[in-house]
Amino acid sequence: MSGTRERDARADGAAGAGVPAEQALLLGELKAYEGRAAAEAGQGKDPVNEPMIRHWCEALGDTNPAYTGPEAIAPPTMLQAWTMGGLSGHSARSAAYEELFALLDGAGFTSVVATDCEQEYLRPLRPGDAITFDAVIESVSGQKTTKLGTGHFVTTRMDVQSNGEPAGTHRFRILKYAPARREPKPEQKQKQKSKGQRPRPVINRDNAGFWAGVDRHQLLIQRCTACRTLRFPWLPGCNACGSDQWDTVEASGEGTVYSYVVMHHPPFPAFDPPYAVGLVELAEGVRMISNVVGVAPDEVRIGMPVRAEFRQVDAELVLPVFRPTTAVSDALSGAGRTADVGSATEAGGVA
Amino acid sequence: MKDPRPGDVLPPLEIPVTRTLIVAGALASRDYQDVHHDAELAKEKGSPDIFMNILTTNGLVGRYVTDHFGPAAVLRNVKIRLGAPNYPGDTMVLTGAVAEVEGATARIDVVGTNGIGKHVTGTVTVSLPEGADA
Repeated sequence: MSGTRERDARADGAAGAGVPAEQALLLGELKAYEGRAAAEAGQGKDPVNEPMIRHWCEALGDTNPAYTGPEAIAPPTMLQAWTMGGLSGHSARSAAYEELFALLDGAGFTSVVATDCEQEYLRPLRPGDAITFDAVIESVSGQKTTKLGTGHFVTTRMDVQSNGEPAGTHRFRILKYAPARREPKPEQKQKQKSKGQRPRPVINRDNAGFWAGVDRHQLLIQRCTACRTLRFPWLPGCNACGSDQWDTVEASGEGTVYSYVVMHHPPFPAFDPPYAVGLVELAEGVRMISNVVGVAPDEVRIGMPVRAEFRQVDAELVLPVFRPTTAVSDALSGAGRTADVGSATEAGGVA
Repeated sequence: MKDPRPGDVLPPLEIPVTRTLIVAGALASRDYQDVHHDAELAKEKGSPDIFMNILTTNGLVGRYVTDHFGPAAVLRNVKIRLGAPNYPGDTMVLTGAVAEVEGATARIDVVGTNGIGKHVTGTVTVSLPEGADA
């Protein structure tokens, strides 16, 4: 649709330097309406009357006694209400005003919102007063971008008479605009993005060999070539002798639960609490952290024999996890050390 | 009531913004724009719900000032600018302070704040008959 393209072109122009030709052309057309009548010889559909005053006061909770009784005046702020067309429309609306709105609609600025109202009250209005009015288009702004969208402000001034005498003026500003597209709220975006993605391990040159092994379904332990000490997790140097020379041995995968915690809270995306995080002592003597699976979290016990297996978590990620090797009830008697959050967290791992 | 002096603060007025107030205010002001009574059409136009029309806000600002100064006070001028819309379920708190006094005429600055921000900022000019103690 050419209408859409024109609107986009104008919006782009507003952000950059200069005003595109199309936009300038439209503004020229809009400006031509300044000073022209918006309404001519308008007549209030009803004279000022008690029922409408009462409905207004009820709606707004206004209990001012000045608005009731034989000496009642109308609430001054009702000034515009007496000039409204209602469901049957504005018969007094000028052709110029209709054209201006059609021009704005045609340019894509189809929505309308009132932004400013300035009223001056010259005399009180009383039941029975006949209302007449005239209005002029005071100004049409250049294209403005607001939170609601991009559009033009149109300001009109209306002079209101009661029984032919000036009763008040009413300056009104509206924004005719193209609604801005509504972005999803940040928390909704967050929800969509985080669904199901298990955190990635941080792989660097010091531990890349371990993760390469996991991809091949091998559990590799570092071994110092100087003093033969095994170490895990992977580090650049030996804790025992300081040597930076090392090779690897493949773990058998056998181990026992040295300690564990059961995570209930807080929940993290891709994790489904409660779940058990074990500190597993491998048969070779080093310890590592991972999930203990294939057993209810509250049935994991210290001393429980486990074996490593490799779980394809998603298309890109394989993780080593541990599964009990004996019937759960057999392990219950082996409970010795107290489960300790500290021991599990300080080691850092893949859980 | 004592003569107002610049700096005098008006007690706040809490307006629960109910769906009923929005619709009743729109109809009492003969404003049948769908965004003030039809939630579905309001959403089609990019608004999360119906919202209060400017005439109702204008009336509430006037009421706030005459509630305070009494029935003898005469509104001369009400000038308002709208900001954050008044949606159903919100509460608008009107606050005001006397900005200027000249003879028997006072200019009051009014702000209406809702849960989103400033719904309305405005000034009201009101005449107070001499010696009209409430």
